[in-house]
Amino acid sequence: MSNILTIQNLSCGYPKFQLSDINFEIPRGSFAGIIGPNGSGKTTLFRAITGILGLKSGKILLSDKNLKSFSLNERAQNIAIVSQFIEAGDMSVEDYVLMGRIPYHSRFNFFETNEDFEIARKYMEMTDTWRFKDHLMSELSGGEQQLAGIARALTQQPQLLLLDEPTSHLDITHQVHILNVLQQLNHEMGLSVLMVIHDLNLASEYCDQLILVNQGKIHTQGTPEEVLTFQNIEDVYKTVVVTQNNPLSGKPAIFLASRKVLKEIEERLSKP
Amino acid sequence: MQKKYLLWSIYLAGLFVLLIASVILSLSVGEMNLGFMDIFSILRKGHDSMEYTILSQIRFPRVLLGIAVGGALSLSGILLQGVYRNPLVEPYTLGISGGASLGVAFAIVFGLHQLIGSFVLPAAGFAGSFLIISLVYTISTRNGRVNIQTMLLTGVMISFIASSSMMLLMATTSSENLHGIIFWIMGSLDEPDMSLIYITLILSVCSLVVSYLFVQPLNALRLGEEKAKHLGINTDTAIKLLFLMASLLAGVSVAVAGVIGFVGLIIPHLMRILVGSDYRILLVSSFLSGSIFLVLSDVIARTIISPNELPIGVITGIVGGVVFLLMMSRRSIRSLNKSR
Repeated sequence: MSNILTIQNLSCGYPKFQLSDINFEIPRGSFAGIIGPNGSGKTTLFRAITGILGLKSGKILLSDKNLKSFSLNERAQNIAIVSQFIEAGDMSVEDYVLMGRIPYHSRFNFFETNEDFEIARKYMEMTDTWRFKDHLMSELSGGEQQLAGIARALTQQPQLLLLDEPTSHLDITHQVHILNVLQQLNHEMGLSVLMVIHDLNLASEYCDQLILVNQGKIHTQGTPEEVLTFQNIEDVYKTVVVTQNNPLSGKPAIFLASRKVLKEIEERLSKP
Repeated sequence: MQKKYLLWSIYLAGLFVLLIASVILSLSVGEMNLGFMDIFSILRKGHDSMEYTILSQIRFPRVLLGIAVGGALSLSGILLQGVYRNPLVEPYTLGISGGASLGVAFAIVFGLHQLIGSFVLPAAGFAGSFLIISLVYTISTRNGRVNIQTMLLTGVMISFIASSSMMLLMATTSSENLHGIIFWIMGSLDEPDMSLIYITLILSVCSLVVSYLFVQPLNALRLGEEKAKHLGINTDTAIKLLFLMASLLAGVSVAVAGVIGFVGLIIPHLMRILVGSDYRILLVSSFLSGSIFLVLSDVIARTIISPNELPIGVITGIVGGVVFLLMMSRRSIRSLNKSR
């Protein structure tokens, strides 16, 4: 299977924080996640892939073609990005989703075509946002805004969908709903998905490939079973956890314990 | 046809009719009132009558300049608000009027208009505003990229420096010069040079056409600079070009008609309330409404204490401010009722 995204020897960053020696491959049709603690470089890596942050060295290949050789429009036609927060307050949901057609318009195309409206409608129906089409974006809940964001990104008809912590400020109902929508798109449309995600259990449950980032480098990459081990989590997050398999899915699940509980366990174990 | 586009067409047709009505009103009302229908017969009869002279030499140039400057200031305001994503920015926030006023004050204090000719005043105004624009632009650009927050702050600071420098000039000059500076600052559509009026009109209409080529970047910028880039927009180029165009429009307007405040702030706000925030309708509707507003303000300025004339900046400030406050309060009452 060919790779949708290949990162080769990538170095980039800011004066006080650098990502270095980043190498990984995302096969076409994957549902991949970038995980890691705060300040580990997840967002920096995300910004480099989206083209917002320049590279110091290395290459980013999209379908084996250097991303540098893509024009801005070509890039937006191939990679769509859903940000953590969506600022589109005074825009109707339909107008916001139609923004996804901008990369397909020349400077002289001022108005959307019927085809644009049909494409937007298709993805709004797929993400269950068509019923809000005349609402203002500011009137939607956080979860509904994220769904509208996904509909807008799909309207770009990309090969790769990038998401920056799409569930971080949502309750579990919306977290699961959004990830289910993404999983469905991944399965049914073969859309490649790469997302930055904080919640390790959700990452384990939905992603088929994980990249664990720590201190500007890739610590481990592989399947959730390979990445989410007790040792890796403790090394990177400096937190004691217990990993067991989710009884429903069989995927690794992370359990935490408070200091008080850990102390009690320690005392129990130290007693003869 | 989409319902949205149909509504936009209706809005634009309505504004166009209003513009024509305000032009006819402006041509007919004044120290000597002319009937609506008489205007056409006077124009048909030709050069001999006094009415014809009033129409062609006084009122018609004012109407043209009102359309040009009103549209230009309003367009400049809406472009800057789009670039900065800040609805409080207007052409004068960035020091453009401060620079123009300083230029004119300099020319008056040093008697350049008496030495060279009266055209020196608009030229000095434009030079002053251009100097400020260049300064703001240069200071805010690093490695070829414009930092819009730095640009806004720089503009505000340079505006203060320009205003203070102008006050320094005013404090040290004769009372005759002081009167000349104050009269110019208050703004007027009384411009005897027809070629200057035509240049302003052509420039503002051309700018509307060119800025319409940037409706996609402007709409995408509503989501934020980074997200606009994600949609394939070259935001750096768009921001630079739109800033320069908005500054040029404001600079030329101030140079020709003096400081006419509030148009660039109030009209775009009113249009956002009436037609929404999509730049495809906002650019044209703001331009037309700016023109209507300034032509009508000029009618009030000319007639309210006739035969004397009020500075047009006073009318735009008071009328515009009151209308705006009324619309804002109606809007907040409506949203309060909606939330109950």
